[in-house]
Amino acid sequence: MSKDIIVKKGLDINLVGDAEKTLEISKESKFYSVYPEDFHGVYPKLTVKANDNVNAGDVLFYDKNNEEVKFVSPVSGKISEIQRGERRKVISIDIKADKNIEYKNLGKLDSKANKGKIIEYLLNSGLWPFIKQRPYDVIADHKVSPKAIFVSGFSSAPLSADLDFISKDYLDNIQMAIDVLSKLTDGEIHMSIRKKSDSILSNLKNTTIHNVSGPHPAGNVGTLINKISPINKGEVAWTIALQDLILIGSVIASGKFSSERIVALVGSSIDNPRYIKTTIGSQMSTILGKGIRDNSRIISGNVLTGKQSSINGHLDYYSNTITVIPEGNDYDLFGWTRPIFDKISTSRALTFSWLLPNKKFDLNTNTNGEHRAFVVTGSYEKVFPLDIFPMRILKACMYNDLAEMEALGMYEVAPEDFALTEFICVSKQPHQEIIRKGLDEMKKELG
Amino acid sequence: MDIKSSLHQIKEKFKGNKFAPAFNAFHTFLYTPNDVTKGGTHIKAADDLKRTMNMVILSLVPCLLFGIFNAGYQHYAAIDAANGVIREASLFGNFINWDNFILGAIKVIPLVVVSYAVGLIVEFIFAVIKGHEVEEGYLVTGMLVPLIVPVDLPLWMLAVAVIFGVVIGKEVFGGTGMNILNPALTIRAFLFFAYPTWMSGDKVWVHGAVERMGTPEAISGETILGSYAQNQEILYSLSDMLIGYIPGSVGETSKILIILGALFLIFTKIGSWRIMLSTILGALFMGLIFNQVIDFGLITETSKFYGLMSVPYWEHLLIGSILFGAVFMATDPVTAAQTLKGKWIYGFFIGFISIMIRVFNPAYPEGVFLAILLMNVFAPTIDHYVIEANVKNRLNRLKIKSS
Repeated sequence: MSKDIIVKKGLDINLVGDAEKTLEISKESKFYSVYPEDFHGVYPKLTVKANDNVNAGDVLFYDKNNEEVKFVSPVSGKISEIQRGERRKVISIDIKADKNIEYKNLGKLDSKANKGKIIEYLLNSGLWPFIKQRPYDVIADHKVSPKAIFVSGFSSAPLSADLDFISKDYLDNIQMAIDVLSKLTDGEIHMSIRKKSDSILSNLKNTTIHNVSGPHPAGNVGTLINKISPINKGEVAWTIALQDLILIGSVIASGKFSSERIVALVGSSIDNPRYIKTTIGSQMSTILGKGIRDNSRIISGNVLTGKQSSINGHLDYYSNTITVIPEGNDYDLFGWTRPIFDKISTSRALTFSWLLPNKKFDLNTNTNGEHRAFVVTGSYEKVFPLDIFPMRILKACMYNDLAEMEALGMYEVAPEDFALTEFICVSKQPHQEIIRKGLDEMKKELG
Repeated sequence: MDIKSSLHQIKEKFKGNKFAPAFNAFHTFLYTPNDVTKGGTHIKAADDLKRTMNMVILSLVPCLLFGIFNAGYQHYAAIDAANGVIREASLFGNFINWDNFILGAIKVIPLVVVSYAVGLIVEFIFAVIKGHEVEEGYLVTGMLVPLIVPVDLPLWMLAVAVIFGVVIGKEVFGGTGMNILNPALTIRAFLFFAYPTWMSGDKVWVHGAVERMGTPEAISGETILGSYAQNQEILYSLSDMLIGYIPGSVGETSKILIILGALFLIFTKIGSWRIMLSTILGALFMGLIFNQVIDFGLITETSKFYGLMSVPYWEHLLIGSILFGAVFMATDPVTAAQTLKGKWIYGFFIGFISIMIRVFNPAYPEGVFLAILLMNVFAPTIDHYVIEANVKNRLNRLKIKSS
């Protein structure tokens, strides 16, 4: 069964450095790191200490607020260090990996398992953190049954991994994960694919396929939810990324926490953008190898929503893309008034990207101006397809009016939905951060 | 060492200093800063607020230049008229020439300089006190102010008004982006209410008319609106009104250049075409109503309202400041309605009320600035009701679900 969704508002950002569709196997990383910060809202309680030996799939820590949610080691080896920051907050758990990875036997999931058994299995095997929920865009609460589960089957974000490419050998895993997850909701599993793309994902069963057309954020799961069944007060929907479905499927089938992942290496500061098969937590230096230019920024994720990393950083738990773009730490003479041909703009204020719709741009990390109060109106709406007033809800978050945030649709949004409005904002306001803080405040106050 | 790196060193040296915002204001005028993104999107679009504001200023430059020539032209034309010589305006003959330019520049440039200098000093002081960067809002306001005042306005009055407008109209609300009233119009309104005898006279619109008053060399300084309000005969042709060879505020007379500015703002996607269009529609609608009233004979020639009511509805757009207000004032994004639907309503009422005030206020027959200020106050209310509809939809969705 398939349905059509047309997204009219949005913006496709064409950048230099798309990955060539060739797959390379990464060298094995010597050190792996897990950052509790990758899991938003989780207060880690460690179950290991330095010099402990762990197998892949052994619990490293659990969430203090929700003790059943466990986080496991992606590899086997010895805990080399636990890095802590202010007030002993855990920054990272560093693991020196074994030559041959030993797996904890998690057991295969019985195909006839009931709902309770499935949830227990997912919690204990460290798979639960891959299931996220809206409202609040956090790891799902396993005690609440979702009205539906949403999966995005294509990415429209700039320079992001082609989900068809990374999933083409893993269709069985995905199907297995879907079959299991479909028992956890009373509703359906909805998946979006690009219209007229002949995506192999359209062959999946037990899921409702939606053909989506239009510019970014057509591929965002938030857009899919808003177009099919926006979240009302009191409702919960789950979202899972496709690469995480692959992982869930493979663990269920094998009983081993094999955190292999195909990652797109993209961006204009990489000599040969390509796909690489690596493992969660691997060191950036090992994954990227040579061919990274000086003065560039390494991002775990895409340019709009990813997290800043470094050559000493590690692939985070959720990303399927590593982007490397030039840093923009230089001044620009009369940059505020000279005609601009080499940057993207949605206006025509002596900016000429509107003349070059097919040009691929080489953007750097410069802010192109300073932070200012909100002034311009009406521009966000053109890149924001949700039925929500973007500027209004941002302002409500800034002055922390919970009633207004709720009325304006805060339950429906995640920070990533505001990535495009942040990108085009002439006042250079941090939209995603504002929404994140708003969601956190709401969760704290309203639960 | 080049300028770029020496400026960079000065910036680093004075980081955190109280007067850093003042230095940065000049530095960023020369160079877009070397700031990189932190958290959030790693790339940003090319536009910043400076660029946006600069587009508005560029669109105003033709009006300013025309205003300079027109200030000179109107002065000499009025002298000719007093001597019984009727002038036929010609663009490259008696309009664009050195005499007009020099006289106009002597009168207009000081208005621009005082407006910017006084306004920016106030902005700098507030930036230093509050420790934030100097925002660009005043760059546009400072350009608008000299264009909407009469040419013979004393500079000290302008200075007082600018201080009042920036402090009360903007800074007390929290600065750029927070104000409720359009600062340029607040300045205009202050002038109007603080110095009414000066601002509402029929002399101030042409240079020299005031000082020659009562002397044998007396000249007329009357605007078309003033003539209509007094039921006098109009001496100007439609093409004069369109091109702008008429007395009036410095930069508001040339309708053609205002339309050009509007097209530029719409093309660059800086100005809201919705507000511009709906303001014009509102004005036409009100004008049409008045025309109907005349046609039905409800108001006759003896009435003091007859003159302006009988103006053909479309001609209202060519006289006074309605077009300038619609294009450059009503569209100020901070003080206008912010929702798309709200913009239509907001603009329509500005046009509607402008013409109403124009007709019914015989003392000072120009209502645009009052209409815009009034709608500035109501803009948040309009937005509230537009957004309320969205909120209601959300609640209904929930009700349908649960029933």
